[in-house]
Amino acid sequence: MSEASVMHVSAEPAESPLTPESWGKLGMWLFLVGDAMSFGALLVGYGLLRHASPNWPIPSKALGISLTAFMTFLLICSSVTMVKGLEAVKDRERGRAKGYLLLTILGGVGFLGLQAYEWTHLIAEGLKVYGNPWGSPLFGTTFFVITGFHGLHVTGGVLYLTAMLFLVSQPKTALGPGWAYNVVEVSGLYWHFVDLVWIMVFTFVYLL
Amino acid sequence: MAQGHAAPNYWMIWLYLSILTVLEIAAIYLDVAKLIIVILLVGLALSKAALVAMYFMHLRFERPTLGLIALSPLILCVFLILMLLPDIS
Repeated sequence: MSEASVMHVSAEPAESPLTPESWGKLGMWLFLVGDAMSFGALLVGYGLLRHASPNWPIPSKALGISLTAFMTFLLICSSVTMVKGLEAVKDRERGRAKGYLLLTILGGVGFLGLQAYEWTHLIAEGLKVYGNPWGSPLFGTTFFVITGFHGLHVTGGVLYLTAMLFLVSQPKTALGPGWAYNVVEVSGLYWHFVDLVWIMVFTFVYLL
Repeated sequence: MAQGHAAPNYWMIWLYLSILTVLEIAAIYLDVAKLIIVILLVGLALSKAALVAMYFMHLRFERPTLGLIALSPLILCVFLILMLLPDIS
């Protein structure tokens, strides 16, 4: 490597141009954009299959929406505890940050528990990946693929946030508007994204 | 950027999101044409998504270019729907 190119490398900006606080934040945003396309393609595919199937069941009748409405509410609550936890990290209040992060994790675990309960009941009623008693077999296929893909994201989020809780709990982790804030904010971006996707899934798969 | 702004009132955002969810559920029982319900539900869902992205994900306080990047999946999805329309009609 010539001296000029070494000079050039060291002259590269060390700061991310779009997210000056951290490169990790830009990385997470780019990941989420790609992930949003996965969910977008699944939901558009759902719409196409539904439109092409003459005997599509009415989702709100076949699936029931009172439990899922509560699950939606749970995720909204866990999003707000996430931002409050991040605020506490900035304010250097370790106890409050841990409490809010724990509540956020519990919201995610509660969501997963309710989803397992819902799936068990629907499977017992005859909703299968390959068929169901109410109409087009694709109704079950799309339901399990979309809610399953989202459920895996929630599972990943619970693990991610547990790691964040561990990090914030360590006395050697310096809280305040610096590194810890950035790391927790990036994990929050993922968690809010999972909430945002559920808003879409709830609307398109359950309500419409 | 995200640290330089006054914190939004997150409990108000929580309240808006809850109200919009209740409105969504109420909308499916409306006695109007299916198309109107679909438009209402999509509008309400997009408003909720916008609230989450703008305030919880701090997009409102980031550089506008990041907002454009965040919006790109939505644009691509609309494009995907338009490309598939000839097949389903």
